[in-house]
Amino acid sequence: MLANLFKSSKLSSFNGGVHPPQHKLESTRAPISVLTIKNAQQVFVLPLRQHVGKVSKLLVNVGDHVLKGQLLANADGQMSAAVHAPTSGTIVSVQDQLIPHPSGLPDIAITLQADGEDRWVEHHAMDYRSVSKREVLERLREGGVVGLGGATFPSHVKLREEAKHPVDTLILNGAECEPFITCDDLLMRERAEEIVRGIEIMQYLLNTKECIIGIEDNKPEAAQAMRDAASKSQILIAVVVVPTVYPSGGARQLIKILTGKEAPSGKRSTDIGIQCFNVATAYTVHRLVNHGEPVISRIVTVTGKVARPGNYDVPLGLAVGELVALAGGAVENTEYIMGGPMMGFTLPSNHVPVVKAMNCIIVGKPEIFPEPPPAMPCIRCARCADACPVSLQPQELYWFAKSDNFEKARDYKLFDCIECGCCTYVCPSNIPLVQYYRYAKSEIIALDKAKQAADIARERNEFRLHRIEREKQERAQKHAQKAAGAKTESAKLEAAPADAATKAEEAKKAALAAAIERAKVQKAEIAPKNTEEVSPQIQADIAAIEARRAEAGLAEVAPQDENN
Amino acid sequence: MNRSPYITQAPSVTTIMLKVLLALLPGIAAYVWIFGGGILVTLTLASITALASEAILLKWRDRPIKPFLMDGSALVTAWLLALALPPLAPWWLVVVGTLFAIVIAKQLYGGLGYNPFNPAMIGYAVLLISFPAIMTKWPAPLLLAQTPLGFSDQLHFIFAGALPNGVLVDAITSATPLDYLKTQLGLHHQVQAITQAPIFGVLGGKGGEWVTGAYLLGGLYLIQQRIISWHLPSAFLAALALMAGVFYLLDPAHFANPAFHLLSGATMLCAFFIITDPISGPTTPLGKLIFAAGIGILTYLIRVYGGYPDGVAFSVLLFNIAVPLIDAYTQPRVYGHAK
Ligand code: SF4
Ligand code: SF4
Repeated sequence: MLANLFKSSKLSSFNGGVHPPQHKLESTRAPISVLTIKNAQQVFVLPLRQHVGKVSKLLVNVGDHVLKGQLLANADGQMSAAVHAPTSGTIVSVQDQLIPHPSGLPDIAITLQADGEDRWVEHHAMDYRSVSKREVLERLREGGVVGLGGATFPSHVKLREEAKHPVDTLILNGAECEPFITCDDLLMRERAEEIVRGIEIMQYLLNTKECIIGIEDNKPEAAQAMRDAASKSQILIAVVVVPTVYPSGGARQLIKILTGKEAPSGKRSTDIGIQCFNVATAYTVHRLVNHGEPVISRIVTVTGKVARPGNYDVPLGLAVGELVALAGGAVENTEYIMGGPMMGFTLPSNHVPVVKAMNCIIVGKPEIFPEPPPAMPCIRCARCADACPVSLQPQELYWFAKSDNFEKARDYKLFDCIECGCCTYVCPSNIPLVQYYRYAKSEIIALDKAKQAADIARERNEFRLHRIEREKQERAQKHAQKAAGAKTESAKLEAAPADAATKAEEAKKAALAAAIERAKVQKAEIAPKNTEEVSPQIQADIAAIEARRAEAGLAEVAPQDENN
Repeated sequence: MNRSPYITQAPSVTTIMLKVLLALLPGIAAYVWIFGGGILVTLTLASITALASEAILLKWRDRPIKPFLMDGSALVTAWLLALALPPLAPWWLVVVGTLFAIVIAKQLYGGLGYNPFNPAMIGYAVLLISFPAIMTKWPAPLLLAQTPLGFSDQLHFIFAGALPNGVLVDAITSATPLDYLKTQLGLHHQVQAITQAPIFGVLGGKGGEWVTGAYLLGGLYLIQQRIISWHLPSAFLAALALMAGVFYLLDPAHFANPAFHLLSGATMLCAFFIITDPISGPTTPLGKLIFAAGIGILTYLIRVYGGYPDGVAFSVLLFNIAVPLIDAYTQPRVYGHAK
């Protein structure tokens, strides 16, 4: 307790932030309700990309019968995560389906039809202290553990000890600063001990010196539960109550509040010896390591226009519409928001599946969040700058993004923008600032990709130009030799040294060409890596630009060729 | 798809502008009390001219008229210009100044949000350069005038330029305290002796200091309402007071004390209403301090050494030019970046 007091007295703060209405009470009245699967017809859709990184590697075939918790798709390399069956049943399809993603694009997903038995695969706890840390990390990788705060970054990657960046401080994020969302709040209230068990594993893996749980002061019950649970742990865990201000739950913002340190721009927080996890992630680490249960469910807040707002422990893959119906909300003729009102997005369909990133569903978007009035010009009132937690100048970024002045936008640190929405929230002119930043960021990324490709194309073209030039010279030389042959002996004698000079020149050029060729080959080797992961659209753009470049090059050279 | 945030919590542009107008009311009330109701006529004239010209220009530029007329910004410009003009300015002066402010300084630059210069100050500066005689002739406060004019007399004077029979222009006008001080100092009188003249009040100009005080009150309301940030008025007033203080301490016989400068001329109007125009001002906190302090220093220098009795308009316009530069060099440190 004393330690806590001491801690809170030296809390730091970040610039700006806003205080939107909370709307949390609606969904915190009822305890978490755990959904069980009894219906044999129930269908689950499990996208193979529910995490940051590579799409999971499929291990099953259509028609296979699988058990609850069985590995369906494994992590592909380190930056990836596994997918498991939320219940026992049969794989009925593997195909592109609509998923909960702001792009609204379909992605590859497994469809599982339950058999109604909900029978577990054989699973067992792991005594994590008696095996190597590598084995524990491997289990996390195979268990599908990802950050459940919304980022879905594979956790085993973050829990790997790195000699270069030892982690001194482990921060557990229980701030949950977005309005409407209460899934972490309820989890902390009801399953505090299990969270602490998970934290102990994390602390063990990273060998950190201190552990801090940050919780906003609007969750006193959760803070008390966590304090009680922490006091029973063998390791020292400080529960720190932080002031309620959005976005205190942003990892970088919470780090600043709790430690006064700032994670360097564009780098990871481990550079300053800090690693940050969501409390729900700690919970899943515990379930996996101490019980052998992979991540096959999560707690989702269902709120907004529903009869029974609250938190539901939902098997992953359940259709959102079914979940909402259970909570007493409309499925048709309305829209759902996934996440909170500040950073969430409208679901492309009300029938997409529940995924690991889904912390909250707000039902009735059109009714609860009416369209804002039309935007007015920016009056440079700087409210947005005052509210920006990163201390950007949103009004300048807006100006640059609007006028496609991307270089300036980059100079003004566009890529430090966390898209928290504080600027839009306070703008008297109702300018959808964040949308401009999203647009500018994607444009810049696309342009960078295109530029890389263009560089390669230019180099190829340069080489080609060089080759044409060389051929031209060779032809010229032949002409000269022919002409010389028709002349007198003395002239022939004179021509010899000139010939030698041209040859030396030619050798130099050939060497240069060889060097360019080598560079080209090297680039080409790298090139596929650069374009491998980009969308078909960008690849097409790149191809188009390459083609245009090539054409332009051709047009420049052709007339000279003819002159010869 | 991703349209977040779905919620906003901000006063509309209209609300902001209306609060600025509201904050001007105490100053206007004091003005009427000290100089008579003529100012109400000036305000009305300016308002009508501003709204009409704004509407015409919006139509001509093919922009939506209603939202931009309703935003209240034209009224703010009109009122600020009206309050900066001499109280009994002839009607055409008001109209010409307002037209310059709205048509040239605002709409031709692109309308709301795009004007690099403070429109009211453009209007004021144009008038000051074109009609210096009228612009520097202020009527004496009612309680000092030999023959105080009633409201109908003032109305008549504004529109017809005529005074009641037997009243001479000199009988109703006087130099402003700032003006008077400057001329008298030029005649090698000492400050202490000069300020014994009846036009000087307790700290500033007689009567005028009440208007100034009322502006201060309105300004504090705007800070409390978070319509303006404290940076601008504080830095401006501090810089002006500091300049005046240093000169006063060095030579009290030839330089007025800081309190006089704070409560004379357009000081408070400038501090809380004019340099706080967001569109033509800087946006960074440090930038605001530099901008306002710069205007404060320049205002003092023009008052003491310049060719015009009050230097607010020119100082503001000069620093408007510097705004992009000030902003560019005062970017705050971004999270996670080294200083
Ligand atoms: S809050 Fe809106 S109007 Fe004000 S400066 Fe920012 S973008 Fe412009
Ligand atoms: S969205 Fe970006 S610019 Fe706007 S307040 Fe958040 S971090 Fe700042």
